[in-house]
Amino acid sequence: MKKKKGWKELPQGDVLEAGTAVAFETGDWRSNKPVWHEDKCIHCLACWIACPDAAVIVKDGKMKGFDYKHCKGCGICAAECPTKPKSIDMVIEE
Amino acid sequence: MVTVAKTGNEAMAEAMRQINPDVVAAYPITPATEVAMIFAGFVANGLVDTEFVAVESEHSAMSATVGASVAGARAMTATSSQGLALMAEILPVASALRLPIVMPEVNRALSAPINIHCDHSDTMFVRDAGWIQIFSESTQEAYDNVIQALRIAEHAKVRLPALATTDGFILSHCLENIEVIDDDKVREFIGEYKKENMLLDTDNPVTIGALDLQDYYFEHKMPVAEAMRNAKDVILEVGKEFGKKFGRTYGLFDGYRLDDAEVAVVVLGSTAGTARAVVDDLRKEKVKAGMLKLRVFRPFPHEELAQALGKLKAVAVMDRSDSFSSSGGPVFTEVRSALYDMAIKPKVMNFIYGLGGRDVGLADIRSVFDALGKALKIGKIEEPVSYLGVRE
Repeated sequence: MKKKKGWKELPQGDVLEAGTAVAFETGDWRSNKPVWHEDKCIHCLACWIACPDAAVIVKDGKMKGFDYKHCKGCGICAAECPTKPKSIDMVIEE
Repeated sequence: MVTVAKTGNEAMAEAMRQINPDVVAAYPITPATEVAMIFAGFVANGLVDTEFVAVESEHSAMSATVGASVAGARAMTATSSQGLALMAEILPVASALRLPIVMPEVNRALSAPINIHCDHSDTMFVRDAGWIQIFSESTQEAYDNVIQALRIAEHAKVRLPALATTDGFILSHCLENIEVIDDDKVREFIGEYKKENMLLDTDNPVTIGALDLQDYYFEHKMPVAEAMRNAKDVILEVGKEFGKKFGRTYGLFDGYRLDDAEVAVVVLGSTAGTARAVVDDLRKEKVKAGMLKLRVFRPFPHEELAQALGKLKAVAVMDRSDSFSSSGGPVFTEVRSALYDMAIKPKVMNFIYGLGGRDVGLADIRSVFDALGKALKIGKIEEPVSYLGVRE
């Protein structure tokens, strides 16, 4: 385990580098996970807009999948997905 | 340097004008309203470069001041009583984030009953918030203390917020001739402020005020304690430099005829003037009386105070607020604790006085000295904590 810093080693006044949420795994308590079906997806990005985290990975305007390190399994992406049948299913996390 | 007549509020607003802070966010409250009101006039007339934020409460005033300070600005506000109480939630944020915010504060009683006059219950209410607290006896001191508070707060070894207080109405609304330092001399004295890790430095982005649980919270509070310890030397250093440049030297406290005194009172703020007159009267009657005016309550000068009071026979600590601890006011508790380690120590009594602006006159303070004399005569203190002049 990494040795924790003492108070004399810390920068002044509760300061951290920016963007630390990227390194911090916040998706580890998820009970349901979204599964993406690429063959049905129309890349409308409704899931990306609706995601309350930033857990929908998009590249060059195309849906690419989920960032499971940060996805908390809320299911909003699956609910918002407009295709029939849906391109995103929620499954129980094993 | 010019001599002009100013009220306490005008004097503190004048100091703010000379400091020319980047941001002031304030909300009106009697008796401190004029500080921000006069300052807003300076803003409107283009005499300062300040961004003035008219907010909807003191909670917002302190929050906006903290936000501006975190962004890297020199930020100030001013308040009193209920306003300070409403700010209370944000005050420890300012200290733990190490923001050198300076706040002129006008001492006024806390509700209830609602009251607009002077006592120290508001300032004592936030005594554990990690803010430096400096009390003023006069309008001159109020002006000088605001300027010094800025230097102290922004000092690299301190970086803590600071309150510079006056007594409501007694100082805030009374005219007094004061010496106002030239603008360029004030600006030279306070210097430039450059915050480390400022939020608006987009080339070096930082997160400020993140969640800290069992693992790091303690390590982020420890530096506040350390900074407060450092503040003592810095206050002395700044007070000395101020004296060298402008002729009025300041310390942690001010002793009056203490050197050969046997009995003394400890007071804060404007009561010191009255106590000084009583000491002079008693000296004429061959009573070896003295006074200690405490200027800095946070950090509390334990060792220095013990040295100054240790050789006395009896001391009365006068508290202009009650902590409702059932065993005396906040200044009494600290002073008595400071004396505990002395091999020979004076008897210590507590007088809670002047709540809600109740006037304290020469006869009242003389009665305190009489009580000390009686305790010495009979060899014991019959009543350690008394409420001076309260009707039964």
